[in-house]
Amino acid sequence: MEIGLNHYLVLSTILFAIGLVGVMKRKNLLLLFFATEILLNSVNIAFAAISHYYGDLTGQMFAFFVIAIAASEVAVGLGLLIVWHKRHNSIDLDTMTSMKG
Amino acid sequence: MEKYLYIALFAPLVSSLFSALFTATPKKLFTGIIGSLLIFTSFVASSFLLTYILKGGEPVHVEMMTWMATGNLYIPFGFVVDQVSATMMMVVTLVSTVVHIYSIGYMDHDKGFNRFFSWLSAFVFSMMILVMSDNYAGLFIGWEGVGLCSWGLIGFWFHKESATWAANEAFIMNRIADLGMLIGLFLVYWNTGTLQYDGAFAAFHTLDTTTLTWIGIFLFIGAMGKSAQFPLHTWLADAMEGPTPVSALIHAATMVTAGVYLVIRSNELYSLIPHIGLFIASLGTFVALFAASMALVNRDMKRIIAYSTLSQLGYMFAAAGLGAYWVALFHLMAHAFFKALLFLGAGNVMHAMHDELDPFKMGGLKKVMKWTWIMMTIASLALAGIFPFAGFFSKDTILEAAFAEHHMVIYGVLLFTAGLTAFYSFRLVALIFHGEERYKLFGIHPHEAYRFMLIAMSPLLILAMIAGIFQEPFFNMVEEILSAHEYHIHSHVTVWIMLVGTQIFVGLAILYAYKKYNNHLVKVPDGTSKMENSFMYKLLINQYYIPYAYEEYLVKPYREISEIFWTKVDLKVVDATVDGIAGIIYGTGEKTRDMQSGNLSTMLKWMVAGTMGLLTLAVVFGLAARHSDEILAILSGLGV
Amino acid sequence: MFEAVAFYLFAFLTIAMFYIVVTTSQALYALTALAAGMIFISAFFFILGADFLGAIQIIVYTGAVMALYAFGMMFFDTTRGVKEKQGNKFIIVGLSTLAAVLVVAIFAAPMVSDNIVALYPVVEGVGNTQEVGIVLFTKYLIPFEVAAVMLLVAMIAGIVLAGKKMDLSLTLMSGAEIEEIKDKKNKKVLS
Repeated sequence: MEIGLNHYLVLSTILFAIGLVGVMKRKNLLLLFFATEILLNSVNIAFAAISHYYGDLTGQMFAFFVIAIAASEVAVGLGLLIVWHKRHNSIDLDTMTSMKG
Repeated sequence: MEKYLYIALFAPLVSSLFSALFTATPKKLFTGIIGSLLIFTSFVASSFLLTYILKGGEPVHVEMMTWMATGNLYIPFGFVVDQVSATMMMVVTLVSTVVHIYSIGYMDHDKGFNRFFSWLSAFVFSMMILVMSDNYAGLFIGWEGVGLCSWGLIGFWFHKESATWAANEAFIMNRIADLGMLIGLFLVYWNTGTLQYDGAFAAFHTLDTTTLTWIGIFLFIGAMGKSAQFPLHTWLADAMEGPTPVSALIHAATMVTAGVYLVIRSNELYSLIPHIGLFIASLGTFVALFAASMALVNRDMKRIIAYSTLSQLGYMFAAAGLGAYWVALFHLMAHAFFKALLFLGAGNVMHAMHDELDPFKMGGLKKVMKWTWIMMTIASLALAGIFPFAGFFSKDTILEAAFAEHHMVIYGVLLFTAGLTAFYSFRLVALIFHGEERYKLFGIHPHEAYRFMLIAMSPLLILAMIAGIFQEPFFNMVEEILSAHEYHIHSHVTVWIMLVGTQIFVGLAILYAYKKYNNHLVKVPDGTSKMENSFMYKLLINQYYIPYAYEEYLVKPYREISEIFWTKVDLKVVDATVDGIAGIIYGTGEKTRDMQSGNLSTMLKWMVAGTMGLLTLAVVFGLAARHSDEILAILSGLGV
Repeated sequence: MFEAVAFYLFAFLTIAMFYIVVTTSQALYALTALAAGMIFISAFFFILGADFLGAIQIIVYTGAVMALYAFGMMFFDTTRGVKEKQGNKFIIVGLSTLAAVLVVAIFAAPMVSDNIVALYPVVEGVGNTQEVGIVLFTKYLIPFEVAAVMLLVAMIAGIVLAGKKMDLSLTLMSGAEIEEIKDKKNKKVLS
């Protein structure tokens, strides 16, 4: 059966939905980061697929930069997470309500 | 010539603004001096303009700037100096100058000295706008301005409850009348398309009588308020709460004559509706008699003079109503002089007697206050209409006009009122200056007023004596625009009988007054004498119970209604609605505040929900845009 | 044919792995599943002919990022399961389903249009890496440099955030000074 662009896009959407579920469900901050990674990866698949089916390299470039940005985001995010943990000894979202109101 | 116009108009404004700078500081003499100098400058400019007009010059017409130019409505700030306004200007500025100089002495020990001059000059400015304007809108501006300044001046001693009440009464009564005047103005504009005098007057000839009648009625209602005709007359007597120079300027010479000025200025209108003119004349005559009757028994010196003003205003309206506009104007001028003089003299007496107002408690003051006695006597003679003083020429001409037009009832009533006028004027003079010195019982030590005050009053004295000379040149001057005509009574004999008869009648009244009050039997009435308990006396001294009726049947119910509206409608409905709306918004804010839980997970959920909402919209609109033709076909099929 | 088999196989695996990531209560299992998912995604890149991208995915994502996560995990207690208060399941699942449907709908729309013109077209006969290199260093040079700076900044930020007392420089101090500080610390611990 011919795999068309639609297949890849549907796959990307399913992965994106899974990522959304994770983002909304998870209360542990670290696991929340994992779900964010899922989101980014699903989008990368979509970019690469479109790039392949239209013969355009722009998609791959974009995916490339997304990867770079995701890496730096992880670095800074983890650093902040560690500092928070040192202070409050917990990374549960339900305890982080100092921005209430 | 234009520069004289602007000087005459704006010098009082400069004076007022200058004095206004010092209202919060203690008395500064130069505010009074500079104020008087500036008003004197205005007087000089007005005199120049008057002599120019007298010599036959063309009326000076300037348009200073545009006030409103929207659509078809065009109202400029325009001023005209023609015969009528030049006369008024001269009268206003002369009396104002005298009053200003007098006030420097009268308000000598008053804390609000600077404020007084500010208000006074502001009043003069408003009055000048009123008489110099060349359209009804400018007149209305001046109208409101003099109302406001009158309020400020009547209530000048605002710590006194009675003064503030009187000020409010004056202003509110004026306002009620202004409603009528505004309706009149609207009718004028609606039917003629312009508020300029020349344009409107030209257009009046094309309108039908009903419209003209309504315009005339409504404009006269405005005049009724300002000139205190019945039934809007109670404020004038109560306005005596203000300082005496205020009474002299405003309630004798200028503001109350604004109504007469309005009728005179609109003479082209009233000539076309003679039945309204007759009504005006009848009302004026009634007021003349009505006021004179109340002055007969009154025990307040200033109130007697106030009722006298009211009575003379009735004379002026009677003249104007009968079509003798130039006579009304002339009487206005002469009356301003001797009435202001009377008031200022009364001010001297008040000052000397430490603000005592009951003439029964005075007496024999002519020994101590010689000059005041002479001035007040001459002013009273002029008021009574004795030859050769000013009042004779003006009053007698009114009587002649009434007689010549065959309005015998009006003539009879006016004649009788002339007698009453003489009686109560000299009752006042006799009680104050002649007879025993009753003031000694009360331990008062009177003294004459300051020299300069007497000197300031002297121009009025001279004019009160000689103003009659000006009747002929005056008539020639105003003949052009006031459709004036000499009154020819058919036989010379009748004229002489009338003149002499009037003089005898008035002279008898004077003598009777003297006889009654210039003897040793006069005592301070204490409510026990037979006369005091008679019905007529009670009726007159309570002013026919009209103020009482107003208070009981108008003011009290209105206050009740206001109270109800305030508590039931305003507080419960309007405030509740506004507070309710605010409450709803506040409550919504409180509830949505819970959205900010600070919990990242919740916020993420909201974020996703919001994004989904936007995506939904995008999809829906995208689909609609793509298939818009099909959607239109479906909708038109459904009949939308 | 092979392509279809590969696609479906890897698709199934990826979905399974990511499902484990979002539903498990053990943090370590989530980490491992995530790493596996990344590898499978790189397989997709290879299927699509984006060789360079696939290699980058493995090296950067699976190698560096997951290693970072693994190091980060050392700070937290991973022996016990993560206890999480459950949010409303229906909202979550409902919203994501809606999202999926909408996104598909949006994606389906431009597939009908035929006016899409390739901006940087693929050149036949040249390997993917070479093409990427050409485009990256000519057309996308500035984003490349900016990304480099950003990575530098992120690295410094990570060091500063996670480092301990960094006011002392161990390389610039002499041996005696270092001994001194050590003694002070020991004294504090002993007393």
